Amino acid sequence: MASNFARILSSKRNVGILSLVGAGSLSVGFFLTREQYVSAGAQVRRLYPASADYPDLRKHNNCMASHLTPALYAKLCDKATPNGFTLDQAIQTGVDNPGHPFIKTVGMVAGDEESYEVFADLFDPVIKERHNGYNARIMKHPTDLESSKIRGGQFDDNYVLSSRVRTGRSIRGLSLPPACTRAERRDVERVVISALAGLKGNLAGKYYSLTEMTEKEQQQLIDDHFLFDKPVSPLLTCAGMARDWPDARGIWHNNEKTFLVWVNEEDHTRVISMEKGGNMKRVFERFCRGLQEVEHLIQEKGWEFMWNEHLGYILTCPSNLGTGLRAGVHIKLPRLSKDPRFPKILDNLRLQKRGTGGVDTAAVGSTFDISNLDRLGQSEVQLVQTVIDGVNYLIECEKRLEKGQDIKIPAPISQFK
Amino acid sequence: MPFGNTHNQLKMKYSAEAEYPDLTKHNNHMAKALTPAMYQRLRSKQTPSGFTLDDVIQTGVDNPGHPFIMTVGCVAGDEETYEVFKELLDPVIEDRHGGYKPTDKHKTDLNPANLKGGDDLDPKYVLSSRVRTGRSIRGFCLPPHCSRGERRAIEKLSVEALSALTGDLKGKYYALKNMTEAEQQQLIDDHFLFDKPVSPLLLASGMARDWPDARGIWHNDNKTFLVWVNEEDHLRVISMQKGGNMKEVFTRFCTGLTKIEELFKTKGHEFMWNEHLGYILTCPSNLGTGLRGGVHVKLPNLSKHSKFEEVLKRLRLQKRGTGGVDTAAVGGVFDISNADRLGFSEVELVQVVVDGVRLLVEMEKRLEKKQSIDDLIPAQK
Repeated sequence: MASNFARILSSKRNVGILSLVGAGSLSVGFFLTREQYVSAGAQVRRLYPASADYPDLRKHNNCMASHLTPALYAKLCDKATPNGFTLDQAIQTGVDNPGHPFIKTVGMVAGDEESYEVFADLFDPVIKERHNGYNARIMKHPTDLESSKIRGGQFDDNYVLSSRVRTGRSIRGLSLPPACTRAERRDVERVVISALAGLKGNLAGKYYSLTEMTEKEQQQLIDDHFLFDKPVSPLLTCAGMARDWPDARGIWHNNEKTFLVWVNEEDHTRVISMEKGGNMKRVFERFCRGLQEVEHLIQEKGWEFMWNEHLGYILTCPSNLGTGLRAGVHIKLPRLSKDPRFPKILDNLRLQKRGTGGVDTAAVGSTFDISNLDRLGQSEVQLVQTVIDGVNYLIECEKRLEKGQDIKIPAPISQFK
Repeated sequence: MPFGNTHNQLKMKYSAEAEYPDLTKHNNHMAKALTPAMYQRLRSKQTPSGFTLDDVIQTGVDNPGHPFIMTVGCVAGDEETYEVFKELLDPVIEDRHGGYKPTDKHKTDLNPANLKGGDDLDPKYVLSSRVRTGRSIRGFCLPPHCSRGERRAIEKLSVEALSALTGDLKGKYYALKNMTEAEQQQLIDDHFLFDKPVSPLLLASGMARDWPDARGIWHNDNKTFLVWVNEEDHLRVISMQKGGNMKEVFTRFCTGLTKIEELFKTKGHEFMWNEHLGYILTCPSNLGTGLRGGVHVKLPNLSKHSKFEEVLKRLRLQKRGTGGVDTAAVGGVFDISNADRLGFSEVELVQVVVDGVRLLVEMEKRLEKKQSIDDLIPAQK
């Protein structure tokens, strides 16, 4: 099918284009006419020198602020991606949100696939910091959705209340949520729901558009804990991804309510496989099968997912590059969670705890959301295996503590396999 | 989005129909005026600084309506917005400002001597008096669109001008990002401190970007003249004091504004103004005078009267809660101010407030004594 490059050229019939389209800077002077000026990949109009526009990051603590020096800002501030996305747009969320009480936030987003290339000088160190030293210039990211490789993965239901795996996928050729126009967003919706309509068997399901759902449908989705609402987190709203809400946003789920797709929330799509209880193996099997079928269905229509061999699957937030995968459980750990060694155990197992309300919440009672810390540099199979092995260890610890036995902090597992 | 107009050209590869916003559930001035055909004609345009139609309307697309008021649903990113997108903004202005036509001329009158009376509103009812307006510095982009460099330049110019004020207008500037905890608390206690906007009407237009960079508050030592820098407009200028002496408040207002304008001129800058739209501000609702003159007044009896709303309407007054535009009244105390901004001069609007509030207080006194107010009900102004 047509590459991204060809798609841009062929669709720009009515706009005069400069001879150079794509990544990298152009040294065009200020004397160009406006028509040439605003073409793809052209220089951004700047009234003030970079030093006058450099953001005040002295009170900031996010990955973007840690790496954006005045010199780097000056180097990148007049560049734009072929879709016109600029550095200022990429970093706006990090400028507007100095820090977060629980986690060091990333502080920047991509507006399209090319952002990661055009602004590589800033994205690369941010990716390196966020993803444990991953060097996007030279390292390769493994993609592996062969769920048959998983060993074990059926947890004790006395401890594990539910199992879930999520990721995101972006449609190549369309801008990402911070930058997309209404028509692009509607295109994403159209492409995705057309593909989902082709799913069969226990994946067959239905789409509920946010603009059109009935009150009854809305209530059912809330009761099922499926409904997502307009983002309120300033981390997201400052990046511009809530524009035009709820236009072209919706939720698709299969009839069995075990496979769910969010359309045009923080990414083009968020894909979620889940069920009550501890059968993570089955959750992951369905996850892989569903993703592969959706990919096949969009390819039939000439589309594909954004992916490359260094960054894996391309998503809006750099924290979700690679697999974009978060596999986790809701698990009761009343004794272990009170043990002072708990954080270290999680750390060495490459696991993360959250409250059961999601990333910005604290745990209630002693039920935790436990999931993989890592996203990039290991495959889906590797990460899910890490979660399975880790959760088994946690359950072992809990059981030992129940019997009054002591527990051990496990040796740290290696990060890039 | 600031100065990123390359994106607008990329939108042109989609049809106007594919890009047209879904306004079926919307109730704001922009949604009433915008049509698919108009969108098609305007969407390829941009102002010299790169502000586009979608930038103008984003806040109206994101905010379908408001429980208390009919919102405008569009903003200007620079002075030229009102010209380049006049096809949309003229009907919005006409609808919002009582039938103001594209050919009408607006009168500016900042001579406080022309105000009759206003120094004797009964302080047993009128708790405080206040007049506010906004000013934009010509040549700079407005808050939805300005870059950090521009916003800082606006702050620098404004602080220089204000620091040259003397006499009872002499004062001090408090930058939001530098103020000490003690200063912050004092400003909160004085009811001067403005915070990062939380209203989605404002956030969706992009005016809260980079908060609190280049934002601040200036006030005179007497705490009766206050200027907000880079909040919803370049400058918001406020004169206020306890009690009912609106004449004094307005006099200080006019004197202060005139002095500030002179000081800007000595540095080669002027305010955005033209003879059709008066003073140019970010929101079309604040064009003309940008003036809201009002009082906090106790009307516990009158506010329960069935004709209260009608009386206000006829007097060309508007009620709000004492917390500001998005609040309801508490304990019978109302914020009463002029409903109009454009097509009337500053003196005329403050006169409307002075005369109107005097009448409302009279009505309240009658109702206290259980007397009728029927003979006091005014004709429509």
